[in-house]
Formats: sequence, structure tokens, C-alpha cells
Amino acid sequence: MAVNTKPKLVDDAALSVRGLTVDLPKGMERAHAVENISFDLKRGQILCIIGESGSGKSVTANTIMGLLPKIIRVSSGSIYLDGTAIIGASPKKLRDMRGRVVSMIFQDPLSALNPLMTVGEQITEAMAAHGVGTKVSRHSRAVELLTEVGLPDPELMYFQYPFRLSGGQRQRVMIAMALALEPSVLIADEPTTALDVTTQAQILELIREIQRRKGMSVMFITHDFGVVAEIADSVVVMEKGRIVEQGSAEQVLKAPTHAYTKRLIAAVPRLTGENRIPQETVSKAAILKVEGLAKTYRSGSALFGSQRVVPAVNDVSFDLAHGRTLGVVGESGSGKSSLGRLLIKLQDSDGGRILFEGNDIAKLSESEFRPLRPRIQMIFQDPFASLNPRSTIGQILTVGPVAHGMSYSQAREEARALLSHVGLDAGAFGRYPHEFSGGQRQRIGIARALMFKPKLLIADEAVSALDVSIQAQILELLDKIQRETGVSMIFITHDLRVASQICDEIAVMQKGRIVEHGPPSQIFLDPQSAYTRELVAAIPGERPRSTRPIAANV
Amino acid sequence: MRGFLLNRLSQSLVLLLIVSVIGFVVLNLIPGGPLAQFGLDPSMTQDDLDRLKEQLGLNRPLWMQYLDWAWRLVQGDWGHSFRDGAPVLDVIGRHIFATLLLMGSSTVIAIAVGTWIGIRGATHRYSVFDYLGTVGAMVALSIPTFWFGLIGIYVFSLQLGWLPAGNMYTIGDGSALNYMHHLILPSIVLALVHVAIWSRYMRSATLDVISQEFVKTARAKGLSERRILMKHVVGNALLPMITLAGVQLPSVLTGALVTETVFTWPGMGRLFLDSLGYSDYPVVMGLLMFSAILVILGNLIADIAVAVIDPRIRLS
Repeated sequence: MAVNTKPKLVDDAALSVRGLTVDLPKGMERAHAVENISFDLKRGQILCIIGESGSGKSVTANTIMGLLPKIIRVSSGSIYLDGTAIIGASPKKLRDMRGRVVSMIFQDPLSALNPLMTVGEQITEAMAAHGVGTKVSRHSRAVELLTEVGLPDPELMYFQYPFRLSGGQRQRVMIAMALALEPSVLIADEPTTALDVTTQAQILELIREIQRRKGMSVMFITHDFGVVAEIADSVVVMEKGRIVEQGSAEQVLKAPTHAYTKRLIAAVPRLTGENRIPQETVSKAAILKVEGLAKTYRSGSALFGSQRVVPAVNDVSFDLAHGRTLGVVGESGSGKSSLGRLLIKLQDSDGGRILFEGNDIAKLSESEFRPLRPRIQMIFQDPFASLNPRSTIGQILTVGPVAHGMSYSQAREEARALLSHVGLDAGAFGRYPHEFSGGQRQRIGIARALMFKPKLLIADEAVSALDVSIQAQILELLDKIQRETGVSMIFITHDLRVASQICDEIAVMQKGRIVEHGPPSQIFLDPQSAYTRELVAAIPGERPRSTRPIAANV
Repeated sequence: MRGFLLNRLSQSLVLLLIVSVIGFVVLNLIPGGPLAQFGLDPSMTQDDLDRLKEQLGLNRPLWMQYLDWAWRLVQGDWGHSFRDGAPVLDVIGRHIFATLLLMGSSTVIAIAVGTWIGIRGATHRYSVFDYLGTVGAMVALSIPTFWFGLIGIYVFSLQLGWLPAGNMYTIGDGSALNYMHHLILPSIVLALVHVAIWSRYMRSATLDVISQEFVKTARAKGLSERRILMKHVVGNALLPMITLAGVQLPSVLTGALVTETVFTWPGMGRLFLDSLGYSDYPVVMGLLMFSAILVILGNLIADIAVAVIDPRIRLS
């Protein structure tokens, strides 16, 4: 890749970026959001821009849309959209091009639609803003678009408010809106990241299908190499504001040349389908036995007859042996997080038994359970929200054990030892959470849980908020800790690839029930229930391949 | 929706019950009582006082007095003024128009001006306008209403002579224009503090909405900044403000009572002070219940308005 010479514009490019540098305000961790990047989006192709958080991929998209916040400025370079120069164009010109020549869809479909306007209004508004059509023609065009993106009952859908739609349906509305004026370029900023895996597969399919039918050019931003494998024609890999590698999808995925790309691809959790090698030393006895556990949520008022009853956890039973890890996987609303809260008694169950080391803890009152609490610990999803920003790491680690009767000097000793154990400097003891990165905070969260020397760890989406390379490190750490301490683990996740990395057994949940339970080899290679098959098939970049060596694990 | 209404209505009734009990008890804890004013009158004998006590029912235990009063209230009989024997509802009725006029006009001013300042402050954050708005709001909030009233009278009535210093209309001239002329100063004075509150809330509500993803979506569609503001930002920002308007009602009401005193405005505030001075318990209790109902009703209307405007509540 040439660094300073600016390559000539390619004729068949719908979008050309040349030597683009975007400055960050002073005092940020680096001077440029993106630095001297050049790439082309060829007509009728899908270009994936991939990178971890902070790589500058979203800034690139916003620069192309002319939607950068005022404090972030383009300092050099050029962008050509359909042959028109974007940098230096007047705000009026940019506004005229937005929605007409280039459209954008966003990550979170829940917040990307105005809650007070109907779906139809929001689509026709895009046309009206550019003076296209009449009121009547816009309405029929909107219905046409809603049909095109596969929404049921488009005539009815036109008058719906966004809150009535599921995440996947809202993302379809966003796509319909973006397509309203048949733009030549569609920018999709992580459009499937917030969706369940089966919905993600459908949306990816829709984007690809529309792109082919209309010959549109798509710039697709993602952090997931699985998605890249599904959809990309060509790939741009970004790290800290620079492009480190670009080329065809085939080339980048199969034969990455840059060390960062190799590292990213290696870090992507692979669906192994291999069973974990169990530890020899641990006893086979169950530490946790759950029988017919149930929890029902009631909302609304029973008094006035407007009550809604949702069975969140429905007749769930399983055993967990000492030193083993059970993965609980499922889509949002499957009840997996409710199950976690019941097991740690953050919520009371309505029925069933939770036998922890032989004692039924489901029936215990808060005060009866308190002595047992140190033995069951939780690792939370959000490493930013789960640590008190005003306490030092030392306080965070020691406050619990001291409350349970440990002397402070002993707690401090153990905290220091644990910090180095989870891969942090012992000097972290006196520092505050904001001084640490997401991955480091999650290590602190793990150390906090381990302070109690628990017998059972419950990890609720413990790596979901982390970049893939960090994710891999945390999974490794959890594996190491389990092998050393013999702690049992329940690992709740929506990501089947992650579950396949760390679990001895996996329970698949759907609508509050466990629909399948078995070792990874069964779940991923020979799923018994239709729902599991659907889930596995939907994992991006992991189509069932015959080349995978199966024989070794069965 | 029906369940919601029934729920709120039953809550309101409980609230009214609590207000009436506390009001009644506290009022009767005040030393003196309605007959104290006759204590210094040499022409009143102890027998006269006892007879008066008997007539007014003041010799009964407090709980019995309360139950009697409450039972009549439920039936629509608010009692009679100790002063002139007029029905309490009539007495309040004579003063209600003036107070509602003052509250209404100042609320309109507060909402209109406060909304404008708030939105402009948010869209031009850290501009000179925004700083002036912030400082102005702090000043308006830290200075009591009556002081603004006195300054207003001094400047606009005494020095400039533009506006009348008090009363609701000039005797002998009952024209609408004359009413409005008298209304300007008191309603602006009463509005000041509410402009300040409203503009601060509106500013932060607008900032909240501006940073929402759907505003970015609107930009990505190529909408004009003006349309984004009017159609996407203001609507969503005003939604929580409706509730605020309901919550602010008691403060508008008490502010009105103070303002009325400064501008000799013939409303409920003046009536309340006078009645307290005479220990006219039926009128005081009537005013208390009346304001409680007004406030509860205002909040109920605000909640219903939110439910009607927000499709997420209306349709679920």
C-alpha cells in the first residue's frame, strides 16, 4: 500500500476515499481519529470495514455522511461519492446528497426510530425532504418499500409505531427508509450487532439480496469476521485509525498478511464442536442440582384485569458437576438471564428446587442464604457499570470479604495475590476503575468474585461487551482459573461460538425452557432439536462445512 | 387505560383524605381558635361564648367535628363562613376567576418563553445566549417573587407610569383591555421564576433528545435542520415537560397567592390570608381542599395528556 502517493480515482468506484485524515480534539488518546486512509467501494459490491472499538471505522462512515460532530475536523484528504467531492462541499449540498445518493443504517434499531412517529411517516419524510413525489405517491411507495424488506402486512405496518415492532422488524424499517430514494451507496454501521443471531442472519440475507437486486454498493462496518465471511466482497481492516490491510474477502480471510489481521482472525471464537477435556482430579458428584425451577413475571394490575403473565423460566432442570462449566445459551427473552438471577438468589423462584451442595437454597430466606452467598459468585456483563467509580480497586475487592468476617490485612494480602493472578499489576490495588480498559475491568470483576473463594461462578454475558481479542484473553483466564481452583461455572451467553470455547456442556434455552442439553459435539455437530439447528445455522461465517474434522471428537 | 384511570382516581381520593385530616388537625392546633377574637370584648360574657361555641359545634371532640365536616363535604355542603355566614363555595367562587386568570396567563408566558429559551440554549450550547439564559435563570430562581413584584411596581408604575400598580381593573371601566393592562405586570412577575425552571428543564430535555440516535437517522435522511428540530426534537423533548407542568402547578398556585398580595389582586390568595386572620376555619379548610383538588386534577390531566400523546402508552 502506498503511503503518500494518492492513487488515481477508479472509474467504477461508487465511493472513493483518498488520503483521508480526521483530527481528534486535543487531549484525546491520539491525534487522529483516522489517518491517511484510502479505499474504494466498487459499484455493486459489498465492502466490509472491520476493526475493534476505537479503530476509526464509525468516524469514517460519519465523515462520508457529513455527520461528524463539530469538534472533529477533516484535516486532509478527499472523498468522492458518485463522482462528487464531499470534503469541502456546502452543508446544503451534503444535505441534498444524504438519503438521495448515500443512506445509512445504524447499530441500534431500538433507538434509531422516532418513537412518536409512525413507521410510514418516517419513510415518506425521507422522500418529502428531497421533494420527491406527491403525498399519495409517497404513501404507495412506502408500502412498496415495506413489502420489499419483507415486513408482514405492509399496509398496516405503515401506521404502526416503532415500539410495536421487534428489533429485527425495526432494522427492516430502517433499511426500507434508507432505500426510499434508491441511493447508489448504502452505509451500514454494525447493523446486526444488537440483534439475536437468527435475526442477524435474516438481516444479512436481506441486505445481500437487496444489494444484488438493485446493484447497490454497500459499505458495511463490523467488528465480526464471521459477518465478513458471510457478506463481504472486499475487506478493509482498520487499527487505531489506520488501514493495515485491504483486499478481496477471499484474500484477507484465507491469507491475511498483516499481523493485526492475523491476530483478529485468530481471536474470533471458532465453533469447535470439540468437547473440553475434563479435569481428572475432580469428583463426579454434582455441586448444583436444579429441579423443575420456575419463575413467572406478572406485569400490569391484577385488580383491574389488565395483567400479563410471562413464564420466564419454565420447568428447568439440570446437574452441574464439580469443576465443570455449563453453558446456557439462548436469544434475548429466552430466560437465560432470569435463570442466572434465580440461581444466585437475586430473585426468588416460584417453584422447583435448587440443590447447592445438597441443600435446597430456593426456599431459603435472605438471612438464611447470606452465609452461603460467598460460595456462589457472579461476574457481570458490563465491566464499566459493575464497578463503583468512586472506590479504589482495593476497596472493591476487600469490602465484601471484610463484611463476611475476614480481617482487613488478610483481605489485602489476598487481593494483591489475586490481582497478579488475573494478570494485573499488584499496583492496581490503589487505583480507580476509570484508569483501566474494558478487558482489565473484567479481570477486576473476576478477581472480585474470586475473593470469596466461591464454589460456583455464574458469568452472565461476561465477555459480550469486549472486543474479540480481549474476549479470547478473558476466556483463557476463566479456563485457567477453573483448572487451578476447581470452581464450577455457569456461563450464560447469547454467543454460541463463545460457549463452544469454554463449556463442558451446553443447555439451549428457548421461551424459558431448556430445549436441548448436551456436550458441544452434540449441540454443534449433531443438534437434536429444530431450534438448536436453527441457531447453529444462523451463526455468521460458520456454515456447516464438511471439511471440519468431526471424527476426532465423536 | 381504564385501569390506569381507576387506579389514579382511587389514589387521588386517598390523597385528599390525608390532606383533609392533616389540614383539619393542624388548623385546630393553632392557639386561639375562632372565638379568641371575642375574648377581649367586654360585652361578651362566658355564657355568650359558650352559646356561640355550641351553635358552631366547636364544643364537640375534634374527631367528631372532622367527621361531620367531611360528611357534609362529600354531600356537597362545604359549610358556611364564620364571618358572614355565606356558603364557602360562594365565597371561593367570587375569588376563583381572578386567581385562575393570573395563573393561566403566567403559565402561558412561562411555557412559551421558557420553551424558546430552553431549545435555543440547547441548539446553541455554550453560546452567549446560552450563558445569559443560564445566568438569568439562576438570578430569577434566587430572588423571591414578591421582590420582583415591588421592583416592577417601582419601575413600571411609579417611575415610568406605564402599568397600574395593583387591582384587577379600574373601577368604572370593566373592558377586556383594561383587565389585560392590569394583568401584564403581575403575570410577568409570577411567570419569571417559572420561565427559569421551565427553560432549564427544556434545555436538558432537548439536549437529551438531540443526542438520540433517531436524530442522527433524521440527518442521514437529508432532512433540514429546521424540520429535524420541529418534528423530531421538540415533540420528544416536550413529552416529559407535560408531567413537569403538572408537578409545577402547586408552585404556580402558591406563587399566585404571594403575587396577589403584592398587587392587591382580588383572588384566592387574599381571601386565604384574610380568612386565616379571622380564624374563619370553614373558608380556610374549603380553600385548602379546593387547592388540593386543583393540584391533583392538574397532575391527573398531565398524566392523561402524556398517555394520549405518547403512542407507547396510548396503545399498550
